[in-house]
Amino acid sequence: MSHLYRDEAVVLRTQKLGEADRIVTFLTRHSGRVRAVGKGVRRTKSKFGSRLEPFMQVDVQFAHGRSLDVVTQVETISPYGHAISNDYARYTAGTAMLETAERLVAEEHEPAVQQYLLLVGGLRALAAAELDPPMVLDSFLLRSLAVAGYAPTFDLCARCGREGPHRNFSAGAGGMLCSSCRVAGSAALTPETVALLGALLAGNWVTVTAVDGKFRKPASGVVAAYLQWHLERSLRSLVHVER
Amino acid sequence: MYEGVVQDLVDELGRLPGIGPKSAQRIAFHLLAADATDVHRLAAVLAEVKEKVRFCSVCANVTEEELCRVCRDPRRDLALLCVVEEPKDVLAVERTREFRGRYHVLGGAISPIEGIGPEQLRIRELMVRLADGTVTEVIIATDPNLEGEATATYLTRLLRPMGLRVTRLASGLPVGGDLEYADEVTLGRAFEGRRSVDD
Repeated sequence: MSHLYRDEAVVLRTQKLGEADRIVTFLTRHSGRVRAVGKGVRRTKSKFGSRLEPFMQVDVQFAHGRSLDVVTQVETISPYGHAISNDYARYTAGTAMLETAERLVAEEHEPAVQQYLLLVGGLRALAAAELDPPMVLDSFLLRSLAVAGYAPTFDLCARCGREGPHRNFSAGAGGMLCSSCRVAGSAALTPETVALLGALLAGNWVTVTAVDGKFRKPASGVVAAYLQWHLERSLRSLVHVER
Repeated sequence: MYEGVVQDLVDELGRLPGIGPKSAQRIAFHLLAADATDVHRLAAVLAEVKEKVRFCSVCANVTEEELCRVCRDPRRDLALLCVVEEPKDVLAVERTREFRGRYHVLGGAISPIEGIGPEQLRIRELMVRLADGTVTEVIIATDPNLEGEATATYLTRLLRPMGLRVTRLASGLPVGGDLEYADEVTLGRAFEGRRSVDD
């Protein structure tokens, strides 16, 4: 194995290390989650400090290190950071996306191409500022859970597979339940909320924008509950999302 | 492993930021070899700093009194307020000798991923300070990184409706540097914030 390797990546998180270094967590296209040291990147004279900020999509070269790898070169592919941090709603929604990606790709160096592509698509949509940031976030959350193997079902009954539409949602059962499979503690949803959730999962933005805005809040509540059920611990950044 | 108190000293020094086990050992043996009065003076300062130093009741800068040096100074311009993340940043701005107003230390930047939202910072205190109308310009001097930018965005949105002049520190090329070595993000920001030289 060569000493150096190169990959495309999105910067998920940075932590200060020592005097002027940072530990940077990336989601890479080919190597999954990678934690690496960016040396001297906090100095104002740093050549690539600005490229190692969260939300940046970069072409990066790593050198294998003893415990952590070291970032040796970085080129910008798409600088999403500026467009996202310019708006508080976009920033909080984007941060929750980064945290979700970090949590769902739990193992380092395990390839997660689909999660990577989904995150890039999500950040691009957020930076383009054409869609409502909380809706972009909810769609990303449902789809990234689906990629991780936790796809919810919003049309068929999650237990018996009977055709919907159904009214009852249970995070534990994995989606909507028909009246005979309904379990205690399932939430009753309006047909519009169910349609909105289905459209968010499918990425059907025509339907998402067509559904009345008042159904967005209950849909976001369902997404948050479903996410928490599967992550077992709630996301720190989710409470700060501006809806 | 050393015996007793020498090892305790190495362990304690090793807990300081940026000090690894080797550096801790080197400092410990330097202290052992040093003059007793020097070591006592260091010990006294360490005890004193924890006893005396607290945060200014107005701006949250570090001080030994109720108000910090800047807030006590009557020559300061009360109409200007510079918002920074940390007390260290107050010193950095003071070194420029360009700014004659007062400060407000937030105590960090908004970072939802670390669980830090606007409620965890001293933003409410800032709003209380601005309520009496003495301040006419707020200069947002948070770090030029993602969290700092997001904090500036949040503050701008909060302060604009109050009819204040809200400004943000310029971003761009370091003095004494070469244009060809600038990274594209910084250079892009320098273009965005370019100014006319006519006036």
